[in-house]
Formats: sequence, structure tokens, C-alpha cells
Amino acid sequence: MKGRRLYLDGVSVVFDGFRALNNLALIVEPGELRAVIGPNGAGKTTMMDVITGKTRPTEGVVSFGDADLTRLDEAAIANLGIGRKFQKPTVFDALTVFENLELALKAPRGPLPCLRWALTGEAKSRIGATLREIGLEERAQDPAAILSHGQRQWLEIGMLLMQDPDLLLVDEPVAGMTDAETEHTARLLAGIAGRRSVVVVEHDLDFVRALNCRVTVLAEGSLLSEGSIDHVQKDERVIEVYLGR
Amino acid sequence: MSVTALPGARASGLRIGLRAVLIGAVLVLAAMPVLNQLPQDHALHVSDFLVSVTGKWICYAILALSLDLAWGYAGILSLGHGAFFALGGYAMGMHLMRLIGPRGVYGHPVLPDFMVFLGYQELPWYWLGFDSFAFAMLMVLLVPGLVAFVLGWLCFRSRITGVYLSIITQAMTYALMLAFFRNDMGFGGNNGFTDFKELLGMPLSTTAARAALFYASLVALVGCYLLCRWITGTKYGRVLTAIRDAESRVRFLGYGVTRHKLFAFVLSAMMAGLAGALYVPQVGIINPSEFSPGNSIEAVVWVAVGGRGTLVGAVLGAFSVNGLKTWLTSTAPDLWLFVLGGLFVLVTLLLPRGLIGLVQGRGQGGPK
Repeated sequence: MKGRRLYLDGVSVVFDGFRALNNLALIVEPGELRAVIGPNGAGKTTMMDVITGKTRPTEGVVSFGDADLTRLDEAAIANLGIGRKFQKPTVFDALTVFENLELALKAPRGPLPCLRWALTGEAKSRIGATLREIGLEERAQDPAAILSHGQRQWLEIGMLLMQDPDLLLVDEPVAGMTDAETEHTARLLAGIAGRRSVVVVEHDLDFVRALNCRVTVLAEGSLLSEGSIDHVQKDERVIEVYLGR
Repeated sequence: MSVTALPGARASGLRIGLRAVLIGAVLVLAAMPVLNQLPQDHALHVSDFLVSVTGKWICYAILALSLDLAWGYAGILSLGHGAFFALGGYAMGMHLMRLIGPRGVYGHPVLPDFMVFLGYQELPWYWLGFDSFAFAMLMVLLVPGLVAFVLGWLCFRSRITGVYLSIITQAMTYALMLAFFRNDMGFGGNNGFTDFKELLGMPLSTTAARAALFYASLVALVGCYLLCRWITGTKYGRVLTAIRDAESRVRFLGYGVTRHKLFAFVLSAMMAGLAGALYVPQVGIINPSEFSPGNSIEAVVWVAVGGRGTLVGAVLGAFSVNGLKTWLTSTAPDLWLFVLGGLFVLVTLLLPRGLIGLVQGRGQGGPK
């Protein structure tokens, strides 16, 4: 199951004549950490939507390993091993931190297996390990509703870890975080990469620099530039879209 | 083991207290048909009226439970649950009609009176098998389950949620009402079924039969409650809660939301059908007015008043609102609809967690 590459080629998404993505190409190799940046409206979130099945591309190829993602729904794509963290953290408020992680834990997803589900020692220790990793051990029995913004972000990252995905898509993980929280998040993500592919969409260039990885710059739905952070920051076209025209 | 929702010793004390209250309530209900046997002037005598009306309320409580599973846990606000109740009732009614046999007014050996009257020569194919109790009981569960499956499958896979889903379920019960009003449907038109004679060899007019139906309903209520309690305590129950609160997020975790909602909706419809089947022999009649949209909306009010998503609240709501209804419709019948509407508005505004929220709020100091 491991070692699949994410492959996008010629992907366009048209909403009522507006091209949110325009002939986009992107390849993420297994185990790679990739940052995606771009001005507002560049199509970063639409790209995530296309990969996770939320939006169907008007044209183009989207595949993960040999699976054609344009034919699958969100749940099937998630079960292929693609996890997503949203810009606005969404956790289940009515459930405890522990129960949120338990729901995300990789296990058969049908109604009957869920009815018969019993928490084994192994599952418990995996949840415990993730609780430590995201620093929420003390809050395990608290309802997710009372967590702070940063803690919700970590819980969501923890839920991604429980899914044990091969590819993680992370949308603006540090938006609205304090410096200390941002640092903790950068450590979390760095620990995740290497074991799996991670694509991070972010506005914060300092954070992207800290990730120390290949950077893809999007503008107006297309690939503008790709390379190291120093390379793209020197790229004339990148400077133009970021600093004005 | 599973993690309790209410942390702290105080909450577990509340839990034990709740269990004691519930067992007490079941015992009080169970005693009613016995106390009915006491002489009329005895202080503890329970009137025939009170026993029969309580038997009906127990059936309503099962309906409320089923609605709470769909609405309170899975977030499916069905405004057509009365249809599943009525379908279960009709399946039971068909069995009771077949049991009348040659004792009808026209004395036909097989055909129910209304069919003789409408000039039927033979029993329609869909009436076959209803002479068997086991078959009829199967249909009590299968027919509402199948209708819920088809409707739910169409809606859930197209991701119809919220108010649109509610309107569709309401339209379903209305459409079924119009259909059952038609004489050529073979379900007795607007008169429906009545004049039942017996069930399982017991004449329905006897006190023993009434008590048996009362106890059967009570057992069904306790069974459905325990079933729902179990379901909502499993991981499946937590998946339902998660779907209720953030449906699309559950999809990105890899859960097939359509299947999960469908499972809960079908199960809930079957429970509602069972409630209807127990109701019909107790009231002695079933007709298309059971499908009227107002009935389904009333059931929603019971659950809202009691406290949705709590199971106990649904049962409490069914008993208290119907108690109020029985009292008001005898003392001030014109007021009832105003009180019902007002109740719904007041509970929504002032008691979002229902009557149960009042009790829990005191024990727990609120959820936050």
C-alpha cells in the first residue's frame, strides 16, 4: 500500500465559466513533504477539493498510485489512504477528545463493524500514543467543544494520524495560532513527513521556510513556479504575483 | 471500556438515580392493569379509561424513541414518522381483518366486509399471507423498513439533508394518506379497518386481552429503549452523532455516510411500525388519518419537549405531552392546538435541551 505517488495532470475546474484551476500539473512522490503557496484565489483549496473528491474536475487526470481519484467519492478516497485537514478545524464537539480519535482510528467503517466494535488494548495504546504526540493527554475525557483553537487544530492532526494515511493534505495548519502553537505544529508535521507524503497549503512564508521542503507556487489556477523556497522567492513571476502588478 | 459522557462521581450518581427512576416507572406502569382489577371504590383502583389511554401512550413513546434515534442522534429530522407508524398499524390491521373470517356483517368466508361491499371477487394478492400472525408481524417491520430504505437511499445518496429532507418526509406521509383514502387501493378507503374480533385466539373485548396488549406494548417499549441505549453507546452511535454535527467531515474520515444514515433510518422506521402495530388492536381502528402530517409533527414535538438525543427525554415527552393533550381536549378542546404550538415555541426558545435538560442541568451544572 505504501509508496504511491500523487499525480495531477491537465486538471481544470470550471465554475460557471470561472476557471478555479487551469491545466494544473503536480506530482508528489511517496514520502515527500511539499508546500503549496499562492495568493488568495490561486486555487489551493480547490486543488485539495479535487484530490479528496469534494469537487470533480472538469477535465484532467488525478490519480494516486493506480487509483483514478476522479471516479471515487470522499469516503472511498479517504479509505485509499488520503487524509485531509481543513483550514477551519472540524472536530466532533459532542464527543470527547478520546472518542474523536477513536472514530478516526483505521478500522472497518460499516455500520455493523461499528456496532460490534470493542476497544482493544492495541487500539487503546495507539490512541494513547497519539494523545501524547499531540499533547492532549490531559484532555482525553473532555468534550472537544471546550478545546482552544490551537488544541482543536492538533486534535484534527491527531485524527489524521489515527487514519494512518499515506498522503496527508493539510490546509493552513497554523492560521490563527500563537507562536508557541505554530512551533509545536511545525514539529508535529516534520515528525509526520518521511513516514508518508504530506502536502501543506500555507500563507505564512516563515512557516514554509521552516518546513525546508520543495515549494509549489500556484497562481490563477495554474502552476507558476516550483523548487526550493530560495528558488521560488527569486523567481520574477512569483515576485510579480505576490508584490503587485 | 467505553468512555462515559458525564464525567465525575456526581454524574454517575445521576446515572444510578436515573436507572432507579426508570425501573420505578416501569413497575408503576406494569402495576396498572393489576390495580384495574381492584374494586371500583378501592383507593388504588385504576380506571379502565386510564389503563387504555396509558396503553396508547406507551405506543406513542415507542414512536418517540424511534424518532429520537433518527433525529436526536443521526440528525435526520423526519416529519413523516407517523407514516411508518401507520404502515405498521395497517399491516396489523390486515391481520386482524383476516381473523374476522365469516363473522363479518356480510358473512363472506374470506373477504373483509369492505371488499364485499366494493364488489371484490377475490382477495388481492397483497392480502395473501396476512392470515398468518408470523407473516403479519414480519410485514409490520418489513413494510415501513422498505419504504424508509427506498426513500432514505434516494435522499441520502443525493445528499439531501436538513429542511429539504424534512419536507420530503412530510410529503411522503401526505402522499400515502391520499393513496390510502382511495377505495381501489384495497385498504378500506377512508373508513380503514375496524370491528376487529380477536388476536392470537383472544377476543379483543376482554379485559385479559387488553391487559395482554398493554404488557406487550410495555415489553416492546423497554426492549426498544434498551436497544437504542445499546446502539447509541457503541461506536456506531458516536458515528451517528458525528454525522449529525459535521456530516462532510465524517466522509473525509472514510465513513460511508449514506449507509450509516440509512441503517439508522430503516431501524427507526421499523420501530415506528412496531409501535403502530401495537397501537391498532388497542384503539380498535386504523384509517388514513393516521398518515396525516399533523401526527408526525406532534411526534416531533414530544421529542423536542422531552429533550432530543437523550432517549429518556423522548419517552418522557411522549407521556407528558399526551397527558396534557388528554386532559386539555376534555376540559378545553379548542385550546389544544394553541397549547401544542406554544409549547413547541417555548421549549425551543427556553428549554433547548427539553424537560430532561432541566433535570440534568441541575445535576451537572450544564455541559460547559
